[in-house]
Amino acid sequence: MLNTLVKPAQPNMYRYDEFDAQFVGERVNQFAGQVARRLSGELTEDQFKPLRLMNGLYLQLHAYMLRIAVPYGTLSSKQMRKLAHIARTYDKNFGHFTTRTNLQFNWIKLVDVPKILRELADVEMHCIQTSGNCVRNVTADQFAGATDEEIEDPRPLAEIIRQWSSLHPEFVFLARKFKIAVGATEKDRAALLYHDMAVQIVKNAQGRVGYKVFAGGGMGRTPYIAHVMSEFVEREDILAYLEAVLRVYNQDSRRDNIHKQRIKILINAIGPEEMRRRVQREFEELKRMGTLQLPKDELDRITAYFAPPRFEAGLSDTLPEAGADFANWAQTNVYKHKAPGYAIATITLKTPGQVPGDATSEQMDAIADLMDQFSLGEVRVTHEQNLVLPHVRKTDLPAIYAKLKELDFASPNAGLITDIIACPGLDYCDLANARSIPIAQKIAKRFENLDRQHEIGELKIKISGCINACGHHHAGHIGILGVDKKGVEFYQLVLGGSGAEDASIGTIMGPGFGEHEIADAVERVVNVYLAERKDGERFLDTYRRIGMEKFKVAAYKEAVAA
Amino acid sequence: MLTANRLRDGDVLYRKGDGWVPMLADGETYADQAQADAALAAATAELVRNEFVAPYLFEVREVNGKIRPVKEREIIRAAGPTVHPHTGKQAGQI
Repeated sequence: MLNTLVKPAQPNMYRYDEFDAQFVGERVNQFAGQVARRLSGELTEDQFKPLRLMNGLYLQLHAYMLRIAVPYGTLSSKQMRKLAHIARTYDKNFGHFTTRTNLQFNWIKLVDVPKILRELADVEMHCIQTSGNCVRNVTADQFAGATDEEIEDPRPLAEIIRQWSSLHPEFVFLARKFKIAVGATEKDRAALLYHDMAVQIVKNAQGRVGYKVFAGGGMGRTPYIAHVMSEFVEREDILAYLEAVLRVYNQDSRRDNIHKQRIKILINAIGPEEMRRRVQREFEELKRMGTLQLPKDELDRITAYFAPPRFEAGLSDTLPEAGADFANWAQTNVYKHKAPGYAIATITLKTPGQVPGDATSEQMDAIADLMDQFSLGEVRVTHEQNLVLPHVRKTDLPAIYAKLKELDFASPNAGLITDIIACPGLDYCDLANARSIPIAQKIAKRFENLDRQHEIGELKIKISGCINACGHHHAGHIGILGVDKKGVEFYQLVLGGSGAEDASIGTIMGPGFGEHEIADAVERVVNVYLAERKDGERFLDTYRRIGMEKFKVAAYKEAVAA
Repeated sequence: MLTANRLRDGDVLYRKGDGWVPMLADGETYADQAQADAALAAATAELVRNEFVAPYLFEVREVNGKIRPVKEREIIRAAGPTVHPHTGKQAGQI
C-alpha cells in the first residue's frame, strides 16, 4: 500500500441504477440455479454448455476459465480491488487482461462461480455476454475522455450500445459472436476496422456530430477489413441503424457452416453495396416505426456519468526532470492530455520476460492505490493488454513511475517491439494449436535492450496460438501464428498487418519456423528493416514500400523450414 | 490413455480401472485400440453420474521408461502451463 493513502475517488463512469442492479442480481441467481441443476444432474453438459458460455464460463485445458466484462475497458479502483480479491480467494493469485479488454481467471471451480458472480455484482460487474453467439463486450479508445484528439468522449455511446445489446431479445442467439467498438478520433486505437461493427464519431460538413458506421471486419480464419455502411448517421438514429445492421446479419447469415457465420462472410458474399441496400431498407422501416430513436434527454443522462472531472487549474504543464530512466518511460508511455498540466500514462504489462497481460493480486491492489492517489480512481484496459491511467498530473508522473518500478510494470516500451500482444495459447486454451506466451517472452527478451528498442521504433508484434486470432496476428506489423504439425508447434510469420487507422491484413511469409527458430527469424526480419528503412519510416512503412521478398530471403536464410 | 475433466472444479483426470486419478503417471494405458475404445465407452456411459465431463482418448508413448503424451497439448495438460510452473499438477514438483 502507498504511504499516502487518499480517500478513493469516485471516477466519472457509468454507475448502476436500480434496474441495472436488479437485472444483474437476477442473472446471478438464475445462473446459480443453473449451476446447481448441472451439479445435481438435472441439466446435462450439452444443456448446460450454452448457458455457462452466456455467462463467460469456459472449460479450458486445466480448469474452468471465467471471463469478466470490463465495458469499454473502464475500471474503478474498487472494481480493481475486487478483481484482486477474486484472484486471491478463488484463483491462483493472478488474472489475465485480454485483447477484448476483459479480465480472465484461469483456475476457477464451477462450484465457486455463483459466489464469484455475487462478489462481482457488488461492484457493478458481471460476465454476461463475454462468450457465446451474442454481442460481446463493447470496446472503445482507451484514451476516451482524456485526449484532445477526440470529437467527443465515445464512452457514453459505448454504454448506450452496451445497454441496448444486453439480452436484446432478437440478438441473443446470433449465428456467431458479434464484436462492436467505438472511437472518436482519426487515430484508431481500438482496431475499429477489425470489428464486426464499429462506430466512429465524426462531424459532417455542417459541423454536426454524428456517426460513421463500419461493418464486416474481423480476424479469425478469414480476415477482412470492415466496409463503410454509412458515412453519417444522425445521433438520434444510431441505435436504429445498428439494429438494422444486426437484423440483416441475423436474418441473412449462414448457419450451416461454422467458418462462414460471421458478418464479414455475409458482406463479402453479397457485396458491401447490397449489404448497404439491405441495411438501409431495415433502417427506414425502423425509422418509420419510430420505436428506436435515441432521445436527447437519455443521451444527456448517460453522458452526464462521463462528465469530465474537475481538472485543477494552474498546474505546471512541464514534464518534470527525474532522471534518464524516467525520461525514457515518459517518451513512450506518456501521452498528451486535453487538460493543461495533465497527462495520460500507459502501464505496459510487458516487462520483457513477463506474461503479456498478466497481473497478480498484489499488483492489482497496488495499481488500485495508484488509481486512487493519482488518476481520480480510474484505469482503462487496452486491447493491447496494457493499462492506462487516464488523468494524471504531470508533476505526479515521477512518483507514479517509481511505484511502477516496484511493481515491475515500468518498462518504457509502449508501442515498441517488446509491447507484444499474445493470446493465452496452448498453455491454457482448449482451442489453441501452439503456445503464444513463451514465444512473446522469448522475443521480448531478445529485444530487451532499450536503446535497440528505441532504434527500431514503433513495431507491433501480435501472436496467436491458433487461426481464431485472439492475439490479432493478422493486424501485427509482424504477426505470428502458431500451428500444429503432427503434435509439434510451428510458427508462421505474417508481415504488414495493421489494426490502426491504416488498417491492413498481414501476408503469410511461408512455411512455419520451429519453436527455437522463430525469435531468430523475427530478428533477421527486423535487421532487414533497419538496413532498408528510409528516414522516419516505421517497420510497416518499409514493408509496404519494399514488399515481402527481402524479408523472406533473410528470414529463411538460416532456418530449417517446416 | 483416457482423460476427462472433473465437473465440480474442471481438474484434469486420467482413467484407471473403473475410476479416475489426477496424475497422468498413475493413469492406465491401453494396449490396443479395442481396449481404449472399451474404456471410453464405459466412461461415456458413466457421464450420467455427473462427476466428470468430456472424456476422450489420447496417444502416449514411452520415453526413458516413462509414459509421455505424443502431443504438446496433452503434455501441458498433464503438467500445467509452461509459463507458470507454480500452477497445475507440476506445482511443487519442479
